[in-house]
Amino acid sequence: MSGNLLEINDLHVNAGDKEILKGLNLSIPFNEIHAIMGPNGSGKSVLSNVLSGNEDYKVTSGQIIFKNKNITELKPNEISNLGLFMAFQYPLEIPGVTIMNFLKTIHEANRRANGLEVLGPSDFLKYVREKAEILGINDEVLKRQLNVGFSGGEKKRNETLQLLVLNPVLTILDETDSGLDVDALDIVSDGIVGMKNEENSFLVITHYRKLLDKLSPSKVHILVDGRIVESGGPDLADKIENKGFESFN
Amino acid sequence: MNKKINKPSEKDFNSPYEFGFETDIETVFAPKGLNEDVVRFISDKKEEPKWLLDWRLDSYNRWLKMKEPDWSSLRYPKIDYQDAYYFSAPKEIEKPKSLDEVDPKLIETYNKLGIPLKEQEWLAGVAVDAVFDSVSLGTTFKEKLKEDGVIFCSFSEAVKEHPEIIKKYLGTVVPNSDNFFATLNSAVFSDGSFVYIPPGVTCPMELSTYFRINAAGTGQFERTLLIADEDSYVSYLEGCTAPMRDEHQLHAAVVELVALKGAEIKYSTVQNWYPGDEKGKGGVYNFVTKRGDCRGDNSKISWTQVETGSAITWKYPSCILKGDNSSGEFHSIAISNNYQQVDSGTKMLHLGKNTKSRIISKGVSSGSSSNTYRGQVNIHPKSENSRNFTQCDSLLLTGNCSATTIPYVESKNKTSTIEHEATSSKISEDQLFYCLQRGLDEEEAIALIVNGFCKEVLQKLPMEFAVEAQKLLEISLEGSVG
Ligand SMILES: Nc1ncnc2c1ncn2[C@@H]1O[C@H](COP(=O)(O)OP(=O)(O)OP(=O)(O)O)[C@@H](O)[C@H]1O
Ligand SMILES: [Mg+2]
Repeated sequence: MSGNLLEINDLHVNAGDKEILKGLNLSIPFNEIHAIMGPNGSGKSVLSNVLSGNEDYKVTSGQIIFKNKNITELKPNEISNLGLFMAFQYPLEIPGVTIMNFLKTIHEANRRANGLEVLGPSDFLKYVREKAEILGINDEVLKRQLNVGFSGGEKKRNETLQLLVLNPVLTILDETDSGLDVDALDIVSDGIVGMKNEENSFLVITHYRKLLDKLSPSKVHILVDGRIVESGGPDLADKIENKGFESFN
Repeated sequence: MNKKINKPSEKDFNSPYEFGFETDIETVFAPKGLNEDVVRFISDKKEEPKWLLDWRLDSYNRWLKMKEPDWSSLRYPKIDYQDAYYFSAPKEIEKPKSLDEVDPKLIETYNKLGIPLKEQEWLAGVAVDAVFDSVSLGTTFKEKLKEDGVIFCSFSEAVKEHPEIIKKYLGTVVPNSDNFFATLNSAVFSDGSFVYIPPGVTCPMELSTYFRINAAGTGQFERTLLIADEDSYVSYLEGCTAPMRDEHQLHAAVVELVALKGAEIKYSTVQNWYPGDEKGKGGVYNFVTKRGDCRGDNSKISWTQVETGSAITWKYPSCILKGDNSSGEFHSIAISNNYQQVDSGTKMLHLGKNTKSRIISKGVSSGSSSNTYRGQVNIHPKSENSRNFTQCDSLLLTGNCSATTIPYVESKNKTSTIEHEATSSKISEDQLFYCLQRGLDEEEAIALIVNGFCKEVLQKLPMEFAVEAQKLLEISLEGSVG
């Protein structure tokens, strides 16, 4: 038994025949925010997807331990219902399904999977409105079809709403800050900070220091070519901002 | 790593047929097979007037000379029309006067179907004319309807009580020479519903009929006639489900709608007959002729249907837009799975001036099923300034199934326009993964996506029916919040 919420041991992952993650190690204790930075194509999104159980990617060796449970073989919904949430870098559209309906459906599935009682319609409505308000999302938006016709930044805000509604134990933010304007970045990061408590942890993937300044992560990891090549404090982000990833190769 | 999201095919709509049971009530059969004597037997059992018997016999003789249509995409073994019963009725209730006289077993059957008659009477405010096999069981809410002069009863009853209306309208929308199956129905129709809405009356409640096929090998030949007199309005709901069985069951219903000047008819169907098992064995053969006649100016007829059942579906609810400024609508969801075959669509015949028609068809195919939309839009030379809009969307859940869109359009008037849009899509793996990452299992994810795909049509259903339709599509609480 370890004190870590997430532990990744020597993870090797293929996309098709190509090895993308090449022996990745990473631990995230409870109640911490960690960040991953790395060049385009280094495998950050692949890592997020593999942690979420996306079977487009094949784990050839290594293990993923989440809440002291080996989740390497689990299905995406099983992992999700254990309390792992990934905010997608490119959120999908679901035509004809309103945001409200989607939220209700996923919230219910989540409660049921965890043996909790499902909220009645009016309690749920109240609950969602509370979360939506934090993000400046009004009722009219909740009636729109999920991500259909939304701008890139608005989609990220929708992702964050789902995050607040599901209130997971481990949150992976895959470039949630990309595409957000200055004000939206404030709103979203405030929302995330408000959600933080002793029982949850975050893995934040980003290209920008700005979000990290807001979230003040305990650790920053540098991912290059499928491996964590360096881990350190928030000052690592400064180094990257100034010198790029060259020095890590 | 050896985990795999099952392809949607295997599971989606495969829940074992929920209503697979039958009651063991004795049945009175007409002799097996079809001939003039059987036609006479049916007419005699129903104590029909001579003109109706003659009409049946005329239909029978026309039918003998007709050929079963072969233009559809449907493939099924040859039907032996001599190997079926053409009349059956639950023995103890040949002439029930009220619900109390009905065999409790039948009521139980309805309860299993989730149609508690008693409760529906006062809960939903829906008048129920339930058909068990060929004889109508009981009609409720008659009194309330009577106050407004609305007639809602079984077809047989109408023949006795309102012969003049029946005589005036029967076969005027779907003539007894129309097509093989409609003509067969005209010869041997058993029972069905009759509705008359007097001029200026808005029917105070949704009228609802539940059909149910039961006795083994019994062909079902329902006949429905609905007349909305001038400036009246009615919403009619038709729903059906059948018990599980091995044998194919033939069903050839006819529905005739007449909308006079300024009248509006909304006709909604949720159809969930036994589709056959996963290997394609058994299931209902459903050959239906449904047609609405916008006979008067400014009249309107809309068809909304959710089709999930039957092994074979051959069905084209249509509108004849005779009156000026009349309009016809067709909203359809057709879901096919396993070896189901659907060949369905609509016909819009524009005859009057300024007529409008709108067609929204959503086809969802899974398993090895085939799903064909066949739609015809015709604009007559005299139909000025008329418009049609057609949108056909198909969603494929597996690689094995097929979806085909076959539009036939013809405009003989230059001032009129026809618009047609068609899309075909698959549920993407990415969409599925997105839903799964949020904690839904595959079935829930697919149901959600399908529900979204069908939303435009689901919204057209009256509340009472939307619930059933949603259940059929395995969807959750859409619309109850927000
Ligand atoms: N399904 C796939 N099939 C083949 N190659 C893939 C697949 N998914 C990702 N890759 C490849 O894996 C590598 C890592 O991609 P990934 O999306 O993880 O990059 P990233 O670090 O998230 O980059 P960015 O900063 O641009 O988001 C890339 O070379 C990409 O082309
Ligand atoms: Mg990425």
